[in-house]
Amino acid sequence: MTETPTRTTDASTAGSAGTAGTPATGATVALVDVTKQYAGHRALDGISLDIRPGEFIALLGPSGCGKTTALRALSGLERIDSGSIHIDGVDVADVPVNRRDIGMVFQSYSLFPHLTALQNIEFGLRMRKVPAGERRRRAAETLDLVGLGHFGARYAHQLSGGQQQRVALARALVTRPRVLLLDEPLSALDAKVRVQLRDEIRRIQTDLGITTVFVTHDQEEALAVADRVAVMREGTIEQIGTPEQLYATPSTAFVADFVGLSNRVPGVLAGERVTVLGTALELLGDPQPDGAVFALVRPEDIRLTDSGIPATVVASSFLGSLRRTQVRTDDDVLLSVQHEVGTHPQQGERVFITLTGRPVAATPRA
Amino acid sequence: MTTSPVSPPRSAPLAPTPPAAKPAPATARVNDTAVSIGAEPSGRARWIILGAVGLLFVVPILSMVEFTFRDGLAGAYTLDHWTVLFDPEENSRYRQLFAAIGNSLTLAVVTVAIVLLVLLPTMILVHLQFPRLRRVLEFICIIPITVPAIVLVVGLAPVYGVVTRLLGGSVWTLAFAYGITVLPYAYRAIQANIDAVDMVTLSEAARSLGAGWGSVLARVLLPNLRRGILAGSLISVAVVLGEYTIASLLNRQNLQTALVQVSKSDPYVAVIFALLALLLVFVLLLLIGRVGSTRPGRTSP
Repeated sequence: MTETPTRTTDASTAGSAGTAGTPATGATVALVDVTKQYAGHRALDGISLDIRPGEFIALLGPSGCGKTTALRALSGLERIDSGSIHIDGVDVADVPVNRRDIGMVFQSYSLFPHLTALQNIEFGLRMRKVPAGERRRRAAETLDLVGLGHFGARYAHQLSGGQQQRVALARALVTRPRVLLLDEPLSALDAKVRVQLRDEIRRIQTDLGITTVFVTHDQEEALAVADRVAVMREGTIEQIGTPEQLYATPSTAFVADFVGLSNRVPGVLAGERVTVLGTALELLGDPQPDGAVFALVRPEDIRLTDSGIPATVVASSFLGSLRRTQVRTDDDVLLSVQHEVGTHPQQGERVFITLTGRPVAATPRA
Repeated sequence: MTTSPVSPPRSAPLAPTPPAAKPAPATARVNDTAVSIGAEPSGRARWIILGAVGLLFVVPILSMVEFTFRDGLAGAYTLDHWTVLFDPEENSRYRQLFAAIGNSLTLAVVTVAIVLLVLLPTMILVHLQFPRLRRVLEFICIIPITVPAIVLVVGLAPVYGVVTRLLGGSVWTLAFAYGITVLPYAYRAIQANIDAVDMVTLSEAARSLGAGWGSVLARVLLPNLRRGILAGSLISVAVVLGEYTIASLLNRQNLQTALVQVSKSDPYVAVIFALLALLLVFVLLLLIGRVGSTRPGRTSP
């Protein structure tokens, strides 16, 4: 486990839901105080991260937060300025990428256009001088693993985007690398294929027990597949924890805001309690100076009730298994409320809301 | 004065309206009435353009062909000018010309080698490691097209003094100058291919799979730059085969200088060789087009 010294949630007890019962055949990975600068800009500002064997870690954050740089540093495609990177306890900071024994899937389709799918998968084995017979057998097996057993003779331009990424995944896996690195592999795919492939990556990773680092800016993707998620911001790890921890107990306002939906509700912080809409709630994360704040309240932590704070319905959206309704309080605070589908408030209808009382994160109000 | 082909003449009589004509779709109406500036020409216009341009090229070539069959100024025709080339007894007359062809082919090979061994690796290196230098490299490569050959020769003459002292006066040394003159053409052809291939990601993917730089180059980059490399090489060959000024002014003999010399004593043979050179370049260009359009697995579903 681990984390930036100051802003972390203890992950030692977090457990790895996804890897429970999975034989840990992957490597341990550790980034220790890694920094990387580009023309004076600190892309990585002393990040430290410990990854357990067979664990699936997602690096999540907005564009420019350093997540891809961290992945590329781990792969060896970027040299780091200081710090160290350990794979199975060995410092690999000076080991070139082709000797790190990693598998990598890129955001853009990176299949070699002049080779068939099968030849693409064989490439890494060829580089390792694996005999031709074994090479073909292993390539075919891995192609089967990603569900494209009949597509071995196709070239990249004869495959769809999703199929190309499956082949790229097979190509990265066939060498049985110690660590699998996924650099936003789903971002170029359409929504349905993205979900299918996301689940497939998770299934294969769990089956193989390979240590995996997955970079994404899509919080839903990160929360859905990862054992632990590291939320990054401006070259640092803001918080690392299980998806449940990040969602329920964000240690900073940034995490609360970035992971899941939050209402920014004006409140007053006094000590460890924030008073919001007349209700005093416990503050999550590090202590902050008293004063005016925005409390970050999840839509499901607000309820439509028969009595409470009066509000007027602005709009209501059906989201399949739930409904999200926007209401405006008489103090002109706009709130998003999540509730079951059976209740269908009409626009302009007067309703009452109450807070469930769950702890909230807060950010100073300028 | 010209009239737009789609604009009806003002005095044209109005055609009777069909009694129950359905209104044409809006898009069709727009196409009928819009001025087709920049639009694709119609089939007939295409043939007219193709015919005009074709005539421009074909007439001189046919004239050359016709000239090679003339028997003096009497108006009769003969095959003698062609058959004499293959007559062993007459061959000695054209030995100089055949030697010049050999020189040109040697120059073509060495020039292509310079392109492949100097220009290509430089372009790949700049693209992968020093992308900021790309504009500088492009500028340098384009310069030769803006410098007249005569100016180039004036600059190269003292350089060739040194080259001759060091490497002798062999004709192949002319390839150093040709390596410069073909730069703009070879650069464009290769760069177009580099732009079409995501070389950075492909090389990173190959490296992550365990490939060293040699393997990345040989197994990934060169196969994917095949079209650009072939096009650049063939264009270089075409440029070298057609070069006259530099060879003439630096007192080297190549196909073009030999043709000029032979034409003074036997214009028929000079024209025959000019035709054969044109044919060779034409075949090379066809080859470029064919190679450029091939793609692995194109015929497969």
